[in-house]
Amino acid sequence: MSEDIAIKVRGLTTAYGTHVVHDELDLDVKRGEILGVIGPSGTGKSVLLRAIVGLKRPETGTVEVFDRNVTDLEGDDLREVQNLWGIMFQDGALFSNLTVRENVMVPMREHTDLPEPLMKQLADQKLRMSGLDDSAGPKFPSDLSGGMRKRAALARALALDPPILFLDEPTAGLDPITAAGFDALVRELQSALSLTVFLVTHDVDTLVATCDRIAVLGRKKVIATGPIEELRRNDDPWIQDYFCGPRGRAAQAGES
Amino acid sequence: MPDRPEYKLSTDASRGRLSVSGDWTVHTIGKISEQLAAQDTSGFEGLEVDCAQLGKLDTAGAFIIDRFACRSGGGTVKLVNASEQATALLKQAGELRPERDDELNKKEFGVVDLLERTGRATMHFIDETVETLSFLGETIMAMAHIVTRPSKMRWTALVSVMEDSGLDAVPIVGFLSFFVGMVVAFIGATTLSEFGATIFTVELVGIAILREFGVILTAIILSGRTNSAFTAQIGAMRMRQEVDAMTTLGLNPMDVLVVPRAFAMLIMTPVLTLIAILFGVGGGAFVSWLALDINPTVFMNRLQSYVPIENFWVGMSKAPVFGLVVALIGCRQGLMVGGSVQSLGQSTTKSVVQALFSIIVIDALFAVFYLELGI
Repeated sequence: MSEDIAIKVRGLTTAYGTHVVHDELDLDVKRGEILGVIGPSGTGKSVLLRAIVGLKRPETGTVEVFDRNVTDLEGDDLREVQNLWGIMFQDGALFSNLTVRENVMVPMREHTDLPEPLMKQLADQKLRMSGLDDSAGPKFPSDLSGGMRKRAALARALALDPPILFLDEPTAGLDPITAAGFDALVRELQSALSLTVFLVTHDVDTLVATCDRIAVLGRKKVIATGPIEELRRNDDPWIQDYFCGPRGRAAQAGES
Repeated sequence: MPDRPEYKLSTDASRGRLSVSGDWTVHTIGKISEQLAAQDTSGFEGLEVDCAQLGKLDTAGAFIIDRFACRSGGGTVKLVNASEQATALLKQAGELRPERDDELNKKEFGVVDLLERTGRATMHFIDETVETLSFLGETIMAMAHIVTRPSKMRWTALVSVMEDSGLDAVPIVGFLSFFVGMVVAFIGATTLSEFGATIFTVELVGIAILREFGVILTAIILSGRTNSAFTAQIGAMRMRQEVDAMTTLGLNPMDVLVVPRAFAMLIMTPVLTLIAILFGVGGGAFVSWLALDINPTVFMNRLQSYVPIENFWVGMSKAPVFGLVVALIGCRQGLMVGGSVQSLGQSTTKSVVQALFSIIVIDALFAVFYLELGI
C-alpha cells in the first residue's frame, strides 16, 4: 500500500517564532495524482509546500518522499532528493539575468553531464512542451508576459523530468483563458510524464479542471481530503462557502 | 544504480533498426547522445525502434531517440515492444520537433563582427550623448518652471538630498582633500628643493588646489558616492513600477525625482568644493610647516600676495556645473533601468563611468576656455 504514496507527511508542526502554522498535520499524496491544496489565506499552504521541499525546517514531524525520509537532510543527500521534484514558484522566480533558455538549462548544468548543444536543444524541447514557441528561448524573463513567464517556470521545473511537481498558485494573476490553457497543460503533462502534482491554489476553476483530490487546510491541520464531489457534501462552513459560494457554483456550472 | 544506456543499430533493407536497452534518462544519456549523433545514417529511409530491453525513459531520452529518427529518413517512427509510457513519450517528442535546429551555436567572431561591434559602440556613444543633452534641456526646463513657481518645489526632498549627498559627504571630502594637499606639497618640496626654491611650494599648492584639485576631487567623490546612489534609488523605483504609479497619479517624475536632486547638487557642490579647498590648503600648509619650516602665518601671507584670487573663482565656477552633471547622469541612468536586476547593475556602472568621463572632459574644456580668456 505504501508504494502508492508519493509524499507522506506525518505529525508536521511548523512555526515562525511563537506563531504556530501547522500543528501535527498529516497528509498523503498518492503516486500519479494531482492533489490540490486549498484553504483560507494565512493557513500555511505555501508554508506546507516549503516544509515538504526543505525550504522551511519543521519543528517536529517527518516528510517521506517515495518512502525516503527527507526531513532535515543536508548537503549531498539533499541534492540527491531534490532531483525528485521540480518546483514552480508563485511568480515564476526565473533568474532575471539569464535568458529563458538558460534558465531551463540551469538544473541540467548542475546535475547532469550533457553536452552543451544537447542541453540547449533539450531546453528548447521543454519550452515547446510547456507551450512556448522557439522565439521565447533567447528572450529575458522581463520581456515575457505573465502567462509566458509561468510557462517558462514550468519548463524549468520539468528540466530534469522529476517524478513530482510542486506548483504554487500556477494560475494566480492570469486571465481566465490563459489560466484555463495552463490547467489543460498541467493535466496533459501530468498524464504524459506520469507526474505526481502537488498544487497550491485559490482558483476554484483550476481545482475543478485539474485535481484528482483536494486537501483543505484550516485550523492548523488538514480538515478534509477527497475528490471535489465529496467535499461539496462536507458540512464545514468554510468548505461550504468555498464550493457553494457564487464562484464555486459558477465553476460547477462550467464543469457540467 | 541506473543501467547504462546502450543501443544496437542494424539495417534491414533500407530500414534502420535501433535496439535500445538500459535507462535513457537525463542523468544517463550524456555520453550516448554524442555517439548517437555521430552515427552514420546515410541510406536509411525510415527507422524502427525496438524497446524490448528498454529500462527507464524520460523526455530527454525520448528526445535524442527522436532526433536520431529524424535524421534516419524522418517520417513516423515505428515502435516495437514499447511500453505505453514509452510510446506516449516518443509520440510527444515527435510532435514537438523543432522547426530548425541549425541556428544553435551561431556566433560570429571574425573581423566583420569586430567592425560591427565597433560601429554599434560608436553609434551607441553618439546616441547616449545626444540623449543626455536632451535630458539636460528637459531638466533645465523643469527647473526653470519650478523657479517661477517656488510653491511647487518639493522642499522636503530637496533638504533630504542636500543632507544625504552634501552634509554627509563633508568628512570624506575634507579628509581626502587634506591628504591630496599634503601630497602636492611633498612633491613641491622634493622637486623645488633641487633649485633651492622651496618657498614656491606655497604657490604650487595654492594654484593646484584652488584651481583644479579642490573641485575635481569633490566631483569625483560625488560621482562615486552620490551619482550611483541616485541611479540605484530611481532605478529601484523604476523596477518596482513606482515611477509608473507616480505618473498615473499625476505626479511628474521630473518634478518629483530629478529637480530636487539637481537643485540639491547645484547648491551643495560649491559648498563641498569650498570645504575641499580649505582642507587641501590646510594639508599643504601642514606639510610645508613640518618639512620645509614655512610656518602657517608665512604660508598664508605668501598665499594671499602671490596667488591671484582668480584661481579660486575659476575653481568655484566649475563646481555647480559638475554638480549638475552628477545629478543629471545619475537621474537619467536611474530612469533608464528596465525590469530586471541586471539592468540596474548595468545602469549604475554606466552612470559612474559616464559621470567621471564627463567631469574630466568638461574640466579640460574649462581649461581651454580660461586659457583663451587669459585668466
